[in-house]
Amino acid sequence: MMAALIFVFSLVTLWMFFVSYCRSLMASSSRHPLSAEVRDVTGIRTVASAGDFRRVMQLLQLCPDRLEDRNQLQAVSIYHSFLAATRQMFAWIVPSLRSWAEHEQASCAYFAAVALDRRIAHNREMLAQQDNL
Amino acid sequence: MPGPIDLIIWLLGTAFELSFVVCTLARKSFLRYFFLNLYLLLSTTTTIGRFFFLSSYGQSSDQYMYFYYYSDALLTLALFVALISLYSHVFGELRAGDYVRWGAVLLLLGTAGFSYAVVVQSTARFSTRFVYELSQNLYFVGLVLTYILWGAVLKLRETRTRVVQIILSLGLYFSGYAASYALMNFSGKFSIIRYICPVLGCFLPLSWSLTILRYTDESRLVPARLVVVPR
Repeated sequence: MMAALIFVFSLVTLWMFFVSYCRSLMASSSRHPLSAEVRDVTGIRTVASAGDFRRVMQLLQLCPDRLEDRNQLQAVSIYHSFLAATRQMFAWIVPSLRSWAEHEQASCAYFAAVALDRRIAHNREMLAQQDNL
Repeated sequence: MPGPIDLIIWLLGTAFELSFVVCTLARKSFLRYFFLNLYLLLSTTTTIGRFFFLSSYGQSSDQYMYFYYYSDALLTLALFVALISLYSHVFGELRAGDYVRWGAVLLLLGTAGFSYAVVVQSTARFSTRFVYELSQNLYFVGLVLTYILWGAVLKLRETRTRVVQIILSLGLYFSGYAASYALMNFSGKFSIIRYICPVLGCFLPLSWSLTILRYTDESRLVPARLVVVPR
């Protein structure tokens, strides 16, 4: 009985801390404006949608990796998958969960787009440095 | 002897623990996060000690068992102190340092008293049982304290990104640990579940190191954006 109580309580806190942790990772990029190029290539104008994430991740895979954002992207990818699963499993019980999960998935997509923007800028800088050499 | 997966997790965990110390030294924040560093240095020392006892006496020896449980209690105590130091960070501006310290001492004594009451009936290996019980209870108290601390962060509108992320990582660690421990009580020692705690032990120093590397003490965020259900 005690173990069951601890299990339920710890699962609830785990979920809460995980959501907040992922949000804290994404918070820094929420006010970062996307460059015109990234807006064109991703199709995101001002606000991302839940469905954009997968496409942006595919574009990120085409771009050379950056150590700085690799772990953050992995955490946000897990968060996105978790949101998708939550939406599929519980949205029919709690309908408001669908709109909440979609909003969160859109934030994940925007975060990935900002990471793409940073990767492109970083690679440009590297190329420019190589040209100078 | 532990298998190759256990050894890899051990090595990774120790590397991440040392990387946090190096990161805080490089970013000149070692003293600011002194108790987190102390906990991780103690954890590294314990890992080396455990490896020594394991290779010298074997996994089922009394020496290894005693070292394991006593060092685990010491580590839990160090983590408790590290958590209290985070309380001091959050409540520092309210000049509530003394209240936090006294509260922590009372809570520790209360937990020790509760653990004593639980094991007082057992006569064989009383001290080992007490140490084990205290360690488990302190973990659960740690989870509740982290939850309260997170509430305080939101209430006091703490904006320092480093402090916020360190607390969130700790919350994830404690919740994951408590969940896997409870799951182990349900389902016996399934091979996958027994890896969860050591993997969580790697996650904590890794996420702390990344926080120190990525953000400066001046980095700020809006904590209201982090709550699960916006108010």
